[in-house]
Amino acid sequence: MTTATPTRAAGASRTNRPGADLRPVSFATLTLVEWRKQLDTRAGRWMLAVIAIITAAVLAVMMAVNGGNHSFSAFVVGTTTPMAMLLPIVGVLAATSEWSQRTALVTFTLEPRRTRVGLAKVVGAIGSGLALLVLTVGLAALAHLLVVAFRDADPAWDVSLRAVLYLALSVVLFMAQGVGFGLLLRSTPAAIVTLLLAPTLFGLVGGLVPGMADVLPWIDLGTAGEPLLFGGALDGQGWAQLAAATLIWVVAPLAGGLWRTARSEISSS
Amino acid sequence: MITVEHLTKRYGPAVAVDDVSFTVEPGHVTGFLGPNGAGKSTTMRMICGLTPATSGSARVLGKPFTALANPGRRVGVLLDAGAQHSGRTGREVLTLAALMTGVDRRRIDTTLDLVGLTDREAARRVGQYSLGMRQRLGLASALLGDPEVLILDEPANGLDPAGIRWMRDLLDDFASRGGTVLLSSHLLREMEAVADRIVVIGRGRVVAEGHKDDLLRQAGAFVRSTDDAALALALRQGGAGVEELATGGLSVEAEPIDVGRAAAAAGVVLAELRAADSRGLEDLFLELTADDAREQTRMEVSA
Repeated sequence: MTTATPTRAAGASRTNRPGADLRPVSFATLTLVEWRKQLDTRAGRWMLAVIAIITAAVLAVMMAVNGGNHSFSAFVVGTTTPMAMLLPIVGVLAATSEWSQRTALVTFTLEPRRTRVGLAKVVGAIGSGLALLVLTVGLAALAHLLVVAFRDADPAWDVSLRAVLYLALSVVLFMAQGVGFGLLLRSTPAAIVTLLLAPTLFGLVGGLVPGMADVLPWIDLGTAGEPLLFGGALDGQGWAQLAAATLIWVVAPLAGGLWRTARSEISSS
Repeated sequence: MITVEHLTKRYGPAVAVDDVSFTVEPGHVTGFLGPNGAGKSTTMRMICGLTPATSGSARVLGKPFTALANPGRRVGVLLDAGAQHSGRTGREVLTLAALMTGVDRRRIDTTLDLVGLTDREAARRVGQYSLGMRQRLGLASALLGDPEVLILDEPANGLDPAGIRWMRDLLDDFASRGGTVLLSSHLLREMEAVADRIVVIGRGRVVAEGHKDDLLRQAGAFVRSTDDAALALALRQGGAGVEELATGGLSVEAEPIDVGRAAAAAGVVLAELRAADSRGLEDLFLELTADDAREQTRMEVSA
């Protein structure tokens, strides 16, 4: 650190500049910046690395046990479970780090339109999630290729385009949900615990109440979203149930989080 | 140019900022002075659109802050040097700001240079920075967009005397190019060194505003003579308040020239006569905020 006397342009090179040539920050720019913010810290990188490592570990175990005789779809299903658990956390961190690290103060002075920032976080997180999905499906394909080549497994390339699109849709939901809970609760531990526990508890308690079994698919995202993750098919009622559960577990927290962000005071403490 | 009009912030029954009005002119460094909890930070957050005002308004460059297109290019803001992700490097912090505001990334190096952070320091994570380095990084992100206005909350906090000197030069330079600077501090010496215009705030209210020299000149004169008693008498007859100091000499509530005239008329020989600089901002400040505190107490008693 030096204490040299400034000799040069400390900004304010005035005379021109009515500021008219400046355009508002575009949504694409915001999204790119928010995406970068998910990856440029050790915590964010580790989160994604951990998901990749766990996925690779699951695949390795599957290749080792049972003679490695698993279809491509079985490998893909094996990779989606860790993703389903951990991806929302990436979304949570994208939102809560603004408060836990107090960067909201900087973010919202550079872009006072806070709802746009929140939405950029969602889109950026979905970007991360989809990139990870491509990676894990690729790893699953590689695993299947290896067991076919070296362990005499039967080749079964049985993953449809629809199954992949379903997975992509679930990634979108996970990420939007994570960012939503993060914006709503602002605390990383609170948001993660709520996100992981609430649906489980909800399902458990719901299972105990008689008559809930009929209602549960409509209000429990875990139940309604199951076909997305495990290669099932959704009929008209299935989509309706998914939409209803999404409204409760994704849209509502996200809307609440965006509302809270837009309305509340941003301070450093 | 920053215009603050009747800005008020209430938190329930507590009034954090009470009908604050002032303007910050371009070409000057304006100091926002007050003790901790006086409402400086709340006012600055309201100016920057982070805290909604209960009533009143603040405009920066003629508009509410939130209505500025790409505000990072027009207003450099540093509200809390600690408000940076500890896991990012200093350079990454500036890179994000450059991407967001569309500033040429080559400016990152220029700005790092300007605030005196080396390449190696910029490559370290902010979590390892000292407070002084964080302040420099915060100033760098404020200056990055080549703004016309700077809004800095306690920027000298954590800087050593050489750092404060450096910051004064930097802000002087910025203001002399027509830039507008508003900076806050609770440290009077710091303000005395850095600002040329001052807004004093106490308990959420503006208690004084003006040119630093004007504010200080009201402090009066210090005089020593061969016959202090006779001079004091002459001055009191002239209507000036006089205090005889235990250490010798008089503290007079009058301009030095009037004291000189009174001495000449009374035929007293002067040994020393100067503006009472010893009072300084600190006395001024304590006096101003004490008045406010007394008033407050009186109001509470009568209520």
